[in-house]
Amino acid sequence: MATTPEVLPPSTSVGIVGWLRANLFSTALNAAFTVVTGVLSVLMLVAIFRWVVFSADWSPVTESLKLFLVGQYPTEELWRVGAVVVGAAALMGVSWAVWGGVLRTFARIMAAGSLIVALSPLEPAGFDLAVRAWYLGGAASIVLGFALARAAALDPKWVMRAWVLGFFLGMALIWGFEETSLGESLRGFFGAGAALTVVLGVAGWVGRFPAGVVLRWLAWGWGALFLVTIVMFWGLGQTDIAPRVGTSRWGGLLLTFVLALVGIAASFPIGVLLALGRRSRLPVLKGFSITFIELVRGVPLVTLLFMTVIIVPLFLPRGTSFDLVLRALFAITLFSSAYMAENIRGGLAAVPLGQIEGAKALGLGGFQTMLFIVLPQALRAVIPAIVGQFISLFKDTTLVVIVGLLDVLGIGKALFLGNVRWFGAQAEVYLFIAAVFWVFTFAMAYASRKLEDTLGVGTR
Amino acid sequence: MRHMKLRYPLLLILVAILMAALAACGDDDGDAAASGGRLDTVKDRGNLIIAGRTDLAGFGFLDSSGKNVGFDIDLGRAVAAAIFGDPNAIEVRPISASERGPTIQSGEVDVLTRNVTWTSTRDSQWGNYTTIMFYDGQGFMVRADSGFESALDLDGVTACVTSGTTTELNLADFFRQNGLALETVVFEDTASVYGAYESGRCDVTTSDKSQLAAIRSGFASPGDHKILPETISKEPLTPVVPHGDDQWFDLVKTVMWVLINAEEMGVTQANVDSMVTSDNIAIRRMLGAEGEFGQADLGLDADFAVDVIKAVGNYGEIYDRYMGPNGISFELPRQSNELWLNGGLIYAPPLK
Repeated sequence: MATTPEVLPPSTSVGIVGWLRANLFSTALNAAFTVVTGVLSVLMLVAIFRWVVFSADWSPVTESLKLFLVGQYPTEELWRVGAVVVGAAALMGVSWAVWGGVLRTFARIMAAGSLIVALSPLEPAGFDLAVRAWYLGGAASIVLGFALARAAALDPKWVMRAWVLGFFLGMALIWGFEETSLGESLRGFFGAGAALTVVLGVAGWVGRFPAGVVLRWLAWGWGALFLVTIVMFWGLGQTDIAPRVGTSRWGGLLLTFVLALVGIAASFPIGVLLALGRRSRLPVLKGFSITFIELVRGVPLVTLLFMTVIIVPLFLPRGTSFDLVLRALFAITLFSSAYMAENIRGGLAAVPLGQIEGAKALGLGGFQTMLFIVLPQALRAVIPAIVGQFISLFKDTTLVVIVGLLDVLGIGKALFLGNVRWFGAQAEVYLFIAAVFWVFTFAMAYASRKLEDTLGVGTR
Repeated sequence: MRHMKLRYPLLLILVAILMAALAACGDDDGDAAASGGRLDTVKDRGNLIIAGRTDLAGFGFLDSSGKNVGFDIDLGRAVAAAIFGDPNAIEVRPISASERGPTIQSGEVDVLTRNVTWTSTRDSQWGNYTTIMFYDGQGFMVRADSGFESALDLDGVTACVTSGTTTELNLADFFRQNGLALETVVFEDTASVYGAYESGRCDVTTSDKSQLAAIRSGFASPGDHKILPETISKEPLTPVVPHGDDQWFDLVKTVMWVLINAEEMGVTQANVDSMVTSDNIAIRRMLGAEGEFGQADLGLDADFAVDVIKAVGNYGEIYDRYMGPNGISFELPRQSNELWLNGGLIYAPPLK
C-alpha cells in the first residue's frame, strides 16, 4: 500500500510563529507598531512592578485590613459578620451543586481563595489564628454545602428561598437587637404591614395581577413580618448575644456591599414596575412614572444624596434624626430604579407584538401574558444593560463618601489624610481600592456574560 | 370574577388604612422625648451625636483600630463623659465642610466640633458658638534654606494654594496690602497642593498653621521646612450647638470651662481622684466635693467634672495628646493656645 506523504503547511504559517506573523507582523507598519508598543508596555510594566514591589509602602493597607473590610464595626462583635459570610459561603456551595455553571467557577475560586488566605504565611496586623479559622470555615462550608446539596438533590426553588431568607437573617444579625417594648413591636408590625399592603396592592393593580396571586403574596409577606416581629421582640432578651450595632459603625467593604446589594435588590422590582407604569394606558400611572423617571434621571446621584442627607432633615421636626445609611440607600435606590426602568422599557419594546397576540390567542390573561411571555423575553434582551447598571451602581456607592459615610473609599481617605504616618500614601490606597473594585465588577461582568451564553442571548 | 378584580384594590386600601390606624394608636410614648430639652433627648437616646471629622490629622481621625480620636473628638467625648460618665457614648457623624451649616441648623447633631471657625454670620445663622478651644490662623511655610525670615520678605514668590477657599483670598489680600508681588499655583485638593510644594513647584504654601504643622510632619524631612511667624487671619475654632436650647448651650460651655479650669488648677487625669480631697476650695468645688457651680441647673451630677477629667484629661492633656512634644499626630507649640496665665489666650470663666 503506497502512502501519500502528508504535506504539512510551512512552519511559518502555523503555530506561534504563524500567529505572530498573521497578527503582529503582517506588514512593515504593523511590525513597527508592534515593536514600539511592545517596548513601551514592557518598560511600563517593569516600572509598575518595581514600584509595587520595592518602593510602595503598603502598611496603610496591611495594617488597616479590618478597617477596609468592616470599618468601625466593633471588634468583639465581628463574629456576627463572620457567621454571615460563612453562611453565605455554605449557600454558595449549595448553589454550585444545584445550578453549576458560573456559580461553580465562583464557588471554586472562593473556596480556593479562602483556603490560600487561611494558610498564607503573610501576617498582617491582627491576622491571628481566629481570623484564619474563619477563612478556613468559609472554605469548608462551601465544600460541605456542595456535598450535602449534591447528596440531597435539592429543589432549586428552595435554594432561591434560602438565599432570600438568609439575606434578611444576615442583615438582622449584623444589625443586632435592642430592647423593644411590646407596643413598639406591634406598631412596627402594623406600620410595615400597612406599607406592604399598599405596595403589593398598587403593584398588583398596575401589573393587573389576579387577586389570588396578590393575596398569596400578601399572606407570605404578612407571615414574614410576623416572623420578623417575633424575632425582634424575642431580641428583647437577646441584647447580650447580639446587641444592636448602629449603621453609623458599619463601614468598609461591609457598607459597600450592603449599599450595593440592597440598592440592586430594591431597584430591580421598582424599575420593573416603573417600566410597566410608563407603558400603562392609565394616564395617572403613566404620568407619575414618566415624571419620576425623568426627574430622577435629570439630576446627578450626588445631588440626590445631598438632598436626602442634608436638605431633608431641615424639613423634619428639630432634633429628629433618622438613619444616615438608610437615607443614602434611599437616594441610591431612587437613582438606580429610574435607570433600571428605562433599560427594562427597552426590553419590553423589543418583544414582538406577535408574541402578545399569540399569548392572547392561546387564552392567556393580561397578567399571565406579562409574567410568562413578555417579561422573560424583555429581561433576557437587556441583561447586558441591567448588569451594566448593577456594576455602575456598585461603583456609585463610593459617592456616599461626600455625605460622610465610611465605605471602602471613605476609610482609605481617612487613612491617608488623617493619619500622619500615612500622609502621601494615596497612590497605594487608591490602587488597593481600585483592585478591590475591579475584582467585584469583573466578577459581575463575567457572570453576566455566562448568563447570556446560557440563555442564548443574541444567538437564539 | 370581574367584580373581584375591581374590588380587591379597594379592599387592600381599607386594610392598609386600618393597619395604619392601629400603628398610630400604639404611638403613645413617641412625643415624650421631643417635648423635653436636648439633654433629655440625648439621655433617652443613650449617646451623644457629634459632627466631626475622620480625615484631619490632630483634630479628628481614626486610630489603627478604627476608633474616632483627635482634639475635636475628645471635646465631644468630654461632653459625653459629663452626661453619661462614659466617653465612648458618642456617635461621630463625619461631615464635609459644606455640610457643617445645614447639619447644625437642622439640629440633627447635638454638638459640632469639626474644626469650625467662629464668625458673626455663622453665629447668627448656624447655631450657638460655645467657647473658643483652639486659636488657629493662616500662616506660611517655606523651605528652611530659602532665607525667608518673615512673610514680609516674600516678594515675587510662587505660592501653592487650594482653589476657591478663603485661604486663597486671604493670601491675595495680604500680598496686595503689603505691596508684594505674587504668583499663585492653584490646585483642587490639599494633597496636590502639598505634593507640589514638596516637589519644589512653589516657594511657599499657605494654610491654617495647625495644618501646616501637620503637613510638615508628614514630609520626608520635616526639618527642611519652617513655618513663618506671621499669622494673617483669625480662625477661632469653637464647638457649636444648635440654636434654641439654652440649657444645652450652657451645659456644653460649662464642660469646656471645666477642661480649661482643670488645667489652670493642675487637676489631671492621673491625680483627679486624690484632688477631690484637696485643700483648695476651688478644686473641691469643681470636683463636686463641696458647694456647687450650677450642676443641678445644667442637669448634671454634682461630680461630673471628675468623670470628664478622668475620661479625657484637662485641656493641656488633650492638646498634648495629639499636638504636644510626643503627640500622636504632630508637634505644634501652643503659643496662643497657652493658658492666659502663661501668656496665651485660653481663658475660661470661674466655676462658682
